[in-house]
Amino acid sequence: MAKMLGIMFEGMTVSLEVFFLTLLFALPLALPAAFGRMSKNWALRKLVTLYLLVMRGTPLILQLIFIYFAPKYFFRLLFESFSGFIESEGFWNSLRFLLSWDRFTAVIIAFVLNYAAYFAEIYRGGIEAIPRGQYEAAKVLGFTGSQTFVRIILPQVLKRILPAAANEIITLVKDTALAQVIGVAELFHAAQNASAREFSTLPIFVAGVFYFFMNWAVSYALTRCEKKLSYYS
Amino acid sequence: MDTSEVIKIEGLRKSFGSLAVLKDISFSVQRGEVVAVIGPSGSGKSTLLRCVNHLELVEAGSIRISDSVMVKDGVYAHADILRSACLKTGLVFQNFNLFPHFSVLRNITEAQVRVLRRKPAQAKERAMSLLEKMGLVDKAASYPCELSGGQQQRVCIARALALDPEVLFFDEPTSALDPELTGEILKVIRKLAEEKMTMVIVTHEMAFARDVADRALFMDGGRFVEEGGAAELLDNPQQERTKAFLRRFGGQ
Ligand SMILES: Nc1ncnc2c1ncn2[C@@H]1O[C@H](COP(=O)(O)OP(=O)(O)O)[C@@H](O)[C@H]1O
Ligand SMILES: [Mg+2]
Repeated sequence: MAKMLGIMFEGMTVSLEVFFLTLLFALPLALPAAFGRMSKNWALRKLVTLYLLVMRGTPLILQLIFIYFAPKYFFRLLFESFSGFIESEGFWNSLRFLLSWDRFTAVIIAFVLNYAAYFAEIYRGGIEAIPRGQYEAAKVLGFTGSQTFVRIILPQVLKRILPAAANEIITLVKDTALAQVIGVAELFHAAQNASAREFSTLPIFVAGVFYFFMNWAVSYALTRCEKKLSYYS
Repeated sequence: MDTSEVIKIEGLRKSFGSLAVLKDISFSVQRGEVVAVIGPSGSGKSTLLRCVNHLELVEAGSIRISDSVMVKDGVYAHADILRSACLKTGLVFQNFNLFPHFSVLRNITEAQVRVLRRKPAQAKERAMSLLEKMGLVDKAASYPCELSGGQQQRVCIARALALDPEVLFFDEPTSALDPELTGEILKVIRKLAEEKMTMVIVTHEMAFARDVADRALFMDGGRFVEEGGAAELLDNPQQERTKAFLRRFGGQ
């Protein structure tokens, strides 16, 4: 029992790591993506739109598998095609090192790319919902472009997008369970193993309770933020 | 350069796609003068104000604001000059455009601190004296959404005045207000006129325009059709189009 809880505790730590690292990178990365999506530059806009389409249009579980395995296949392809021409062992070793990230890194990359796409669309919606009059008032008062964005637009965008972002963040908590498909021992993976070993569904139930409380905490924090921003409408 | 003219505009042209909105507009405003611009909806009044405040780009013509040449024959000045030219004008919007996430006080101090680099205490002092003038001292800590339309518009006027513009533009400042609230705005503008604030006011309040403005311009189809002393133009228009417009507004 104690051993089971120990394993599950380790799994929980991994799940929390995936959760926080994804937010840490995806939330900021989504901002340039949103700008790219709204860019006047045709090529940039199309490129970002394609990225958003692919990320939002295919299952995250598939992206996880692709991002973990594709570089390894790519390396083998290169090695089989060109090892006759380039014989330096050092070259191939460093290339292999570059193209083979470990499971956990692959999970973080896939989650960040995927969630940044969703957050980018949320940011874009929020930015586009700010009335033009706000930009015009700021310009007439002499604010620079960056002052306008940071001090006038962004705070209003944050308030508008908070409910939609909260939904995504709650989904992220549950999505961390997908990391197991490439063998990362997060909570659900640990619970399944423990459950098989003990012939008991208790570990699965414990994992469920954990996800539930995790999301309860997340909802609580986000509701607090919404309340804090509700001083104006 | 005649600096008793705060605004000097010559041969202004502006179109949206194939729609010519301003066709060869010229006029000037003397320091301390109050000019009313009247005309039917769609005649280009807002576009003219937006061009002078650098919210729209003109295609031809010249705009000089005090001693800053903003556009010369369709060629815009360097960004620094544009900025300093813009700071000499203020604009009061039809629908206020206050910053909803700032308190009334912060709406008025923010640009003073960030743009003019005034000390916060100094900016606050200026804001409070303007709020007193607007009869809104007790609303300093309120948020725009807690104010009536008339109060919001007065904050918008205070916000513009706080940067000490040489000329203040109003684009239909009472059009978004309930009729019983227009009086409080007109009173504020009248007070500013008495203090010799230079103002250009687009309005449909003919009685007010006649009363407070020194000069009136009638705009139709992207041109100034008639121009003259406010009382003369409104009481005794010479052009057929002016007559027809004023008849519709019950001014005649
Ligand atoms: N951003 C814009 N794009 C296209 N057409 C515009 C734009 N702004 C104004 N217009 C057109 O220009 C004309 C003049 O508009 P406006 O200056 O707002 O008139 P007014 O303020 O006198 O009612 C109108 O026909 C209007 O439809
Ligand atoms: Mg208008």
